[in-house]
Amino acid sequence: MRQTSLRLRAGIVSLTILLVFGLAWHIGVSGSGPTQQMDPEYAKLMGQTAVQGKSAMPGPLDVLAKIWSHLKEPFYDRGPNDKGIGIQLAYSIGRVLLGYGLAMLVALPLGFLIGMSPLMARALDPFIQIMKPVSPLAWMPLALYTIKDSSISSIFVIFICSLWPMLINTAFGVSSVRKEWLNVARTLEVGPIRRAFTVILPAAAPTIVTGMRISIGIAWLVIVAAEMLVGGTGIGYFVWNEWNNLSITNVITSILVIGLVGMILDQALARVARAVSFPE
Amino acid sequence: MSAKFISIEGITRRFEAPDGGMTTVFEDIWFAIARGEFVCMIGHSGCGKTTVLNILSGLDLPDDGAAIVDGKAIEGPSLDRAVIFQSHALLPWRTVLGNVAYAISSRWPKWSRSQVEEQAKRFIEKVGLKGAETKKPAQLSGGMKQRVGIARALSIEPKILLMDEPFSALDALTRGTLQDEVRRICLETGQTVFMITHDVDEAIYLADKIVLMTNGPEAMVAEIVENPLPKERDRNQIHRHPAFYAIRNHLIDFLVSRSKTFKSEIPADYDRRKPPVVLPQNQPQPLPPSHEAGRKVA
Ligand SMILES: Nc1ncnc2c1ncn2[C@@H]1O[C@H](COP(=O)(O)OP(=O)(O)O)[C@@H](O)[C@H]1O
Ligand SMILES: [Mg+2]
Repeated sequence: MRQTSLRLRAGIVSLTILLVFGLAWHIGVSGSGPTQQMDPEYAKLMGQTAVQGKSAMPGPLDVLAKIWSHLKEPFYDRGPNDKGIGIQLAYSIGRVLLGYGLAMLVALPLGFLIGMSPLMARALDPFIQIMKPVSPLAWMPLALYTIKDSSISSIFVIFICSLWPMLINTAFGVSSVRKEWLNVARTLEVGPIRRAFTVILPAAAPTIVTGMRISIGIAWLVIVAAEMLVGGTGIGYFVWNEWNNLSITNVITSILVIGLVGMILDQALARVARAVSFPE
Repeated sequence: MSAKFISIEGITRRFEAPDGGMTTVFEDIWFAIARGEFVCMIGHSGCGKTTVLNILSGLDLPDDGAAIVDGKAIEGPSLDRAVIFQSHALLPWRTVLGNVAYAISSRWPKWSRSQVEEQAKRFIEKVGLKGAETKKPAQLSGGMKQRVGIARALSIEPKILLMDEPFSALDALTRGTLQDEVRRICLETGQTVFMITHDVDEAIYLADKIVLMTNGPEAMVAEIVENPLPKERDRNQIHRHPAFYAIRNHLIDFLVSRSKTFKSEIPADYDRRKPPVVLPQNQPQPLPPSHEAGRKVA
């Protein structure tokens, strides 16, 4: 009872904040400001905006209309510079999932190895410590130079940035499996492979999934920047292209969409985390 | 010979001390356990009881000497020796049934799923947990968790059962019930048991033989006490047995004083390979102080 009423009240507050913000935004951009001190050349360039003193900033209704138009036709394709936002998103999501999946294929087994062998943990530690703090975008020139394909290069950058949190968390999770659980497996003469899957993996899974959740968040942050850098396709390129077109409405729409997709990815991993967690 | 089903022959265990040197936990320990015998080990905390049990389970190896079972030296863990851990050590992501089934399917990898489940359910019922099969360990009380640990250990039908203070974390009432159940099941099947405890009454109720360890470091087996009580015993009646106070006082006396002083006054005929076997005999039952006071007046 208290729970639902709290949820209801929180919902009302959220809605109020949204409305107040929307209203302030609407009023903020619709007022007629001074036009005279504008350079005539610039005024001509800005068209109506300059003549009517209307802000170049779109209002919330413009953005809503834009979102509606995108929703009606998300997947249209009219050449390289005019694709639906859905197509651009699909490119970005595809790259993220590819890079992320590859990172998983490397990080999970390698993390297991590091976690199970104190020798490997120590031997690989300096490399991890140096590579981890490097901004993944710093890899971009090297990737472009060696791979010579912008799309694969951004996948590589996603791979690199997803790798570290997964690797470190897997190694940590595996190395801190409770000794008594391992002893149970030992007294039952459980072989190494079965032990890895029936004891170590379930015991370390919550820590591993936490790393995966951090990774997917970082990957989604990085893909936008990477695509801005290399261009071509993807939501990052879309944002940058719309900025060049001075279509602020599309930029704002993209920001909302990027946030939405990021949230969905995060929630998906949160769901996995709940599924593998266990109370002690 | 059945008197030496398990034979501990001169085992020594040393660990690295914090200061870099080595501490000898115990040295040159000898004792034997016969088939079907219930042996308890008593000694103060830190004397190396858990280490002895770990060597018997194969989780640890002695630095010297050997633990021999059925004529073969122990070289590692075996399904023939089941362990009930002090901390129950259940896998928290598995259900009660899942925990027991895990052990059974390790013991008999070829068994079908239904065979494994049937065996698991049989033992879960045996320890009185029928109906809790689908619960996770986190949903169980301490006593119930330990019951699962017992079911898991017994379900693989081991030749030897090893228990490390299995009931010490439980309240008195639960401890009593579990002692009764373990005793009943072990008697039924003629189970060979090695159990660590620091509870004198628990040892008297359960054990056929009690191994007394002196204080560590460099602990040794001071003596082996035979339990004078008959194999058939009733928890509520044993204190009436004429020898009950004899053994109880003997054990308490050892824990209170002799475990400390034994090493400085080792008897001349003491032989590490054959620690003295003691059978505490009928002593007059000490009367409570009030009785004595009453008698004096009379
Ligand atoms: N893995 C280990 N490393 C170092 N010292 C240990 C280790 N295991 C046990 N010890 C030491 O050995 C001694 C005996 O421990 P333990 O067998 O657990 O005693 P008990 O079970 O009788 O209380 C203790 O002093 C303990 O600190
Ligand atoms: Mg102990």
